[in-house]
Amino acid sequence: MANVRFENITFHYGSHCVLKNFSLTVEKSQIMCLVGPGGCGKTTLARCLLGFIKPETGNIWIGDRCVFSAEKRINVATEQRGVGVVFQDYAVWPHLTVLENVTYPMRKRRLPKQEINERAKYALEQVRMTGYEKHLPSQLSGGQQQRVAIARALVSSDDVIVLDEPITNLDAKLREEMLVEIRMIQKKIGTTILYITHDQGAALKLCDKMAIMDWNGRLRQIGTDEDIILRPADRFVFEFIGLSNFIPLVEKNGKIGLSVGEFIPYPDSLPEGFDSSKKMEIGVRPNDIIFDDASPIRAKVRRVVFLGREYDYFLQLGTKELRVQHIALDVSQLSNVNEGDEVGIKFLNPRLYEANQHEVTQEVTA
Amino acid sequence: MTLYRNRKRSDLAAIDGKKFNLDLLMTGISFILLFIFAVIPIAMIAYNAFFYKGQFSLKLFTSVMTNKHNLAAMWNTIKIAFWVTICGTLMGLFYAWLLGRSDIPCKGLMRALFHIPYMFPPFIGAMAWDILFSGRGGYLNTWLMKTFNLPRAPFNINSLGGIIFVEISYFFPFVFMQVVSALERMDPTLEESARIAGASQGTVIRKITLPLVTPAISAGALLILISSLAHFGVPSILGFSKNIYTLPTMIYALISRSSGSFEGIRQGAALSIMLIAVVGIALIIQKKVLSSGGYDIIKGKSMRPTLIKLRGAKYPLLIISTLTLVIIVLMPLVTIFLVAMVRAYGLPLIPKNFTFKNYSKIFTSKATLDSIKNSLFLSVTAGLLCMFLGVMIAYVVNRIKPKGKGILELLSVLPYSIPGTVLAVGVILTWSGSLGINLYNTIWIILVAYLARYLSFSMESASASLQQVHSSLEEAARACGASHTESLIDITLPLIRPGMIAGFFLIFLPAMRELTTSVLLYGPYTRTLGVQVYSLREAGMIPQASALASVAIIIITICNALITEITKSRKGV
Repeated sequence: MANVRFENITFHYGSHCVLKNFSLTVEKSQIMCLVGPGGCGKTTLARCLLGFIKPETGNIWIGDRCVFSAEKRINVATEQRGVGVVFQDYAVWPHLTVLENVTYPMRKRRLPKQEINERAKYALEQVRMTGYEKHLPSQLSGGQQQRVAIARALVSSDDVIVLDEPITNLDAKLREEMLVEIRMIQKKIGTTILYITHDQGAALKLCDKMAIMDWNGRLRQIGTDEDIILRPADRFVFEFIGLSNFIPLVEKNGKIGLSVGEFIPYPDSLPEGFDSSKKMEIGVRPNDIIFDDASPIRAKVRRVVFLGREYDYFLQLGTKELRVQHIALDVSQLSNVNEGDEVGIKFLNPRLYEANQHEVTQEVTA
Repeated sequence: MTLYRNRKRSDLAAIDGKKFNLDLLMTGISFILLFIFAVIPIAMIAYNAFFYKGQFSLKLFTSVMTNKHNLAAMWNTIKIAFWVTICGTLMGLFYAWLLGRSDIPCKGLMRALFHIPYMFPPFIGAMAWDILFSGRGGYLNTWLMKTFNLPRAPFNINSLGGIIFVEISYFFPFVFMQVVSALERMDPTLEESARIAGASQGTVIRKITLPLVTPAISAGALLILISSLAHFGVPSILGFSKNIYTLPTMIYALISRSSGSFEGIRQGAALSIMLIAVVGIALIIQKKVLSSGGYDIIKGKSMRPTLIKLRGAKYPLLIISTLTLVIIVLMPLVTIFLVAMVRAYGLPLIPKNFTFKNYSKIFTSKATLDSIKNSLFLSVTAGLLCMFLGVMIAYVVNRIKPKGKGILELLSVLPYSIPGTVLAVGVILTWSGSLGINLYNTIWIILVAYLARYLSFSMESASASLQQVHSSLEEAARACGASHTESLIDITLPLIRPGMIAGFFLIFLPAMRELTTSVLLYGPYTRTLGVQVYSLREAGMIPQASALASVAIIIITICNALITEITKSRKGV
C-alpha cells in the first residue's frame, strides 16, 4: 500500500505534446479513476508509471520511493517498480495455465514455494477462479481471462495496480459484475489502484476519487464522485461527465433571457457571473428540467421514449432541442405528458458557462 | 494507443547507466549481418563489372553487353519468362477457379496433387522430360516413332518451347495457390448480391470475382516472372545440349568454362548486372500492367461460397484436369522412379530390365553419400541459423523499431529478390580471398550463400508470428518482475515457437533441393544433393542420377508431410 505521486510530468510524441507539467497524487488504498476522452494522455501517464516510457521532465514517486526523476537521472526498470498492471486486452499468457500465469510474478521474485502456492490460491479465490488452475486461457471466457489478469496483478504488487480500460472488451452485464468485484477485492486487500477509462459510468461505480483530464492532457478536476457530478469545476467536466443541455443567453433591454430563435426572459434568478460582453450559455442536466405548467418557458414535446427505468423526452424550445429525463417511478406518480403536448418547463440547478469552442465532441445523445 | 512505439525504448536503459543493452546489441548485429550478407556481395559484383585493377572501365561491360551470344541469351530469358508468366498465370487462374468455385468432383485429391509441382524440384522434372522427349533418344519419342511409323521425333523438348512448357508446369502453382486462398477468403455475399441484382454468371465472374482476386493474381504472376527470369535448372538441363542459353545458364557456363579463373568470374559479374537489369525492368513493367489495388473485402474467416454448377461441362473438364495432372505430375514422377531401376539407359522400361543396382551403387558411392550428408548439414545449419537470425531481425524490425528499420527490412528481402546465380557470383567475389577471407571450395561458402538467400523466409515467418503476439504480453511480464531478457525467454519465444519451426522447414526444404547457387559454389568435396544429381546426369549416368533424384523426392515428401503436421497443430497455441 503506497500512494503514487506524479510531479511535473512532461511528455511528447514527436512534436505532439501529450502531457505538460502534469501533477497528480493517488492516495494510498484508494481507487483513483483517471477519466478523459480517448487520446488525452491517460494511458501515457500509466505507461510512465510502469516505466515503459520515460517522461522528459518531472518525478514519479511510489510511496517514499522515487522511481523516476529526470533531474536526478533516476529511472527504475519496470520489473523493479512493483506496479501490477491489467491491460485492456488482458495480456494473459496463452501458453501458460491459469496457475502458471498467476504464480509467474512470484516465481520471478523467487518467493518460497509454499508462499507462492498459498498466495496464488488466495488470489484465485478472490477473483472466484478456484478450480480453473489447470485451464489454458483459450479455454476461458473473456470475463474469466480478465479475472486471471486481475489475480496476476494482485500477486505481483501489494502497493499499486494500474488498470488500463480493463473492462471495455466485456459485454455490458459482465462489465457491471467485474466493477463490483474489483471494488470488493480492493476493499479487502487495500491496494492502491489507478483505474484508467474513458467511460465515466464505470468510473462512478468504482472510484473513491476521480480525476478528469481534457483533450490536451490537462487535469480539470479531482474530487469524489459527488464533487464531480454535483460541483463540476468547469464546462468541460460538466459536459464530459454526463448528458447536458446548453441554451444561449442574451441580455435584452436590461433583462436576461434565453435566445432560442425568439427571446424568452428568464423567470428565475440566475447564478452569479453573467457577463453580457461574452457569449454565455446556461447548462442544465436532463434530469434537472421539470415540467411546471406555471412556467412562462413553453416547449413542445416532440417525442417520448420509455427506457424502462426512465422516460426520455425530446422537447422543442424555439429552435433548440432539449433532452429531459425523468425517473419512471416519478412519472407514474405525477401526470405523464404525451407527444405533441405543450409544457411549461423549469430549470433546477442551472449553471452559467461561457459558450464554448467545442471541447467535447460527444453529442448529447452519446 | 500505439503512439508510444515511435519512441526508442533503448534510451530507457541509457538513463540507468546500464552498460549492457540487449536491444541495442540485437539492432547492431542485425545491421552488420545484413550488410555482410546483402550489401557486400552486390557491391562486389558492381565493382568487378565496372572496375579493373582499381580503375573505372566500361571495356569489359560493353564487350559483354554487345557479345551476340550474351544478347541471344538475354533475349531467350525474356521470351521464356514472358510466355511462362502469361501461360502459367492463365493456367493457375483456370484451375484455381475450377477447384475453388465450381462443383467439379474429387476436389480435395486434385488440390493435393496440384501442390506437388510446387515442392518437386524443377530440374528433376526437366530431367524426366528430357528422358521422355529428347530428340530420337527419348523413351516416348522412340515409342511414338515405332508405333506410328514416324520418320522424325514428334516432340523436341530441347527447345525454347520445351523449356517454356516445363517451367509452366512447375511455376503455375504460384498463381494457383494465391488465387485459391483469395477465393476462399472472399466474402461470397459479394457475388450473391450481384446475382440478386440481376447479373448473369459470366458477368459476376468478370465484374466481381476477377477484380477482387486481382491482387492475388498479380502477386502470383510476379512470383512466376521473377522465378522464371532467375531460373537455372530447367534451361540448363534442356538447353545445354542444343546450345540454348539463358542469362543464368550463360553465367554458369562462363564461370565453369573458365574453371574458376578470375576473367570468367568478371564476365559473369558483368552478365549478372545485365540479369539484374532485366529483372528490374520486368518488375517495373509488371507493376504498370497489373497495378494491384488493395481490397479489404477479403476477410480472414472462411465461408462457404456458392458453387457454380458445371452441368454438361463437368465431366469433360474433369477429364482435362485429370489429364493435366497425369502429364505434369505423374509422368515425370513415374519416369524418374522407373529409370532409376533400369539396368542400362536406353533399354525398354519393362520388368525384365529392372534392377536395384543403381540404388546400391549410389549408396556405396562415397561422393553420393557425401552429397547427401552435405545437403543435410547445409539445410539443417542454414535452417537453424536463419531461424534464430530471422527471429532476431524480425524482433528488431517489429518491436524495437530503430531508426532505419525500413533499410533493415529492405536488406533482408534483397538477397532473395536477386537471382540465385547472381547471388552466387557475388558470394564468390566476396568470399574467395579478395576481402581477406577465403572460403572458396569449402562448405562454408555454400552456407553463406544459403543464409543470404533464405534469411528473408524465416524473417517473414517470424514477423508474422510476432505480430500475433501483442506487445502487452511482454510488458505484462515486465510488470510482473521479469527483466527484458527474461520476458523474451519466458513469454515471447515460446509464443512464436510454432512460427520458428515452420520457418525452419521453409528453409530446410528448398535448401535440400537447391541447385542454382550450389552448382556455382561447390568444390570437389562439397557437392550437394542437387549438384550430385546434376553432375551424375552430366556424366551420362542417367539411371543413377534418377535413383538419387528419387531419394531426394522421398526425403522432400517426408519433410513436407512433417511441416503440414506441424502447421496444423500450430492452431492449438
